[in-house]
Amino acid sequence: MIIKCPYCGPRDVIEFTYQGDATRKRPDPSSTDQNLWNAYIYDRSNPAKSHREFWLHTGGCRQHLVVTRDMSTHSISSVGFARDSKHAGDQ
Amino acid sequence: MVDLQSPLGVTFIPGDHGNAAGGVGITLHERTNISLIQVTAWNNTIPTVLTAIGSATGVIVQNKPGHGRVAGEKSVFGFAPGRFMVTGATPDLEQRLRAAISTDLGTIVALTHGRTVIRISGSRVEWVLAKLFALDFSEHAFPVGTGRATLHHDIHTLIQRIDENSFDLYVFRSFARSFWLTLGHAAEEVGYRVE
Ligand SMILES: [Zn+2]
Repeated sequence: MIIKCPYCGPRDVIEFTYQGDATRKRPDPSSTDQNLWNAYIYDRSNPAKSHREFWLHTGGCRQHLVVTRDMSTHSISSVGFARDSKHAGDQ
Repeated sequence: MVDLQSPLGVTFIPGDHGNAAGGVGITLHERTNISLIQVTAWNNTIPTVLTAIGSATGVIVQNKPGHGRVAGEKSVFGFAPGRFMVTGATPDLEQRLRAAISTDLGTIVALTHGRTVIRISGSRVEWVLAKLFALDFSEHAFPVGTGRATLHHDIHTLIQRIDENSFDLYVFRSFARSFWLTLGHAAEEVGYRVE
């Protein structure tokens, strides 16, 4: 799999570290709803289709990225800096 | 003043090595007596920092991914958003940069004692580097002056293209001897000269 880093250009996946689901939305920190926190921490939908996820370009520019990847084909439709993605937790 | 010792030590053996049949495919050389300074701009100060680097060094680069320039002993290149490696033989390079770049503009980390710079040059340079790094080393993909941050065997390296057939490799000083030996093995096939 090759990820096209917005700074470094196309690089082999070996240079990147997976950092998880980018669609999660952190509950209000003052919330004491245990089910909500449980879902935030543990529940993953793992869809066999397009999915947003965080990757870190560990072996390159060391920027956090948001990658949209098809989970069944590994084809990547978009890559951007996570910091430009104002609502990384939104779909 | 105490001289900086080369981490290559006894593994630095000047002369010709490897397969001599086809001539000398590449030359390896450790760049010494240079200052290595990493400059990091804040998100909104990148153009100002580039101007400041220009006034401190005389080398001006653009705010484009990996853009860089080489002017004799001096070089500057970007390797991440707002991050630049500045190299030069001027002993006061760090002071000059500190004078030009206040903490309002960015940060400065002196890496002179933390990195080793190996210059690799010769007609077979792209072939040898391609054994270690998963990058396109052809000149259209990796133009003269530009820099790249990448890995060999999970270890970071910064690479700047110096000219058509030369690159500078910035490796961690503590890994430099191991890297030097690896580079020698990779170059054996084409014949290499250490100088
Ligand atoms: Zn990158």
